[in-house]
Amino acid sequence: MRWIWIDKFIEFQPGVRAKAIKNVSLAEEHLHDHYPGYPNMPNSLITEGIAQTGGVLVGETTQFTKRVVLAKIPKVSFYRPVVAGETLTYTVEIEMLMDEGAMVSATSQVDGELQAELEMVYAYLGDEHVNPNLFQPQDFLLHLRQLGLFDRLPNLEELGWNDWPGLQSAEEVSWKNGKHHAS
Amino acid sequence: MPTKEEIFEKVRTALEDALGVDEEDVTPEASLIGDLEAESIDFLDIIFRLEKAFDIKIPRGELFPDNLLNDPNYVVDGKFTDEGLQQVRERMPFADLEEFSKNPEVQNFANLFTVQMICRYVESKLAAS
Repeated sequence: MRWIWIDKFIEFQPGVRAKAIKNVSLAEEHLHDHYPGYPNMPNSLITEGIAQTGGVLVGETTQFTKRVVLAKIPKVSFYRPVVAGETLTYTVEIEMLMDEGAMVSATSQVDGELQAELEMVYAYLGDEHVNPNLFQPQDFLLHLRQLGLFDRLPNLEELGWNDWPGLQSAEEVSWKNGKHHAS
Repeated sequence: MPTKEEIFEKVRTALEDALGVDEEDVTPEASLIGDLEAESIDFLDIIFRLEKAFDIKIPRGELFPDNLLNDPNYVVDGKFTDEGLQQVRERMPFADLEEFSKNPEVQNFANLFTVQMICRYVESKLAAS
């Protein structure tokens, strides 16, 4: 199973803003260790979910041709604990895009109440790094579909996604005619 | 064109935010690596904040030249050659090279990156725009 810490994108404005939600449930085992008798969602995993939301937002700006990694969290504040039954809404906005990476600002909210505020810096991995692919294209595509990203994107052609090198091969392997052939 | 004081104030804010240091630590003489403990990824963060604060574009390698140290013509036995030193002068006209040129060892190179150097760089960028 993939390390996925968001459930669904609910808004996606390419190059501008992404919103995703995360439902917190007692069925999640990690809550029982954090902490016994007082289960609450670890802030580290909230940070991971926000980083994933922003990572897709940043990655989309280059049609996922660059490998985006979270490099630094210059600022972070948490204001309240999150317990089972609550839904977190992560909002990430791009502050700046550069050749080397991107900076974003982000919030986490529960029912409109501010739960966390962050700044994040993403860097693009250079060619000198060993593993050329962070994901297999078809796995990544499946992952984005599961998160409902395509329901939030009105027009793939307009975004230049049809030119995304990974998309075609991924489509051929897994999604042609709605059939899933990926191994 | 902002005054030198205004530039310094904005540079200081950028460094406070990027490096999590206190206002009083960010003096003109403070070196980014030695005194303010900047690491490699912080330089990207600093560039983000300077571009935003001053509405300027900082091309890769212009403020923090990254390929001088690897060139065998410029560095021999851990020391900058005359040619290397000349390169540093040309690439970093905003740096104070007086002390460094007396003993241009690679290990002293990082000391060139001071708060004052960033301020001078920003001044030159704003003057040219």
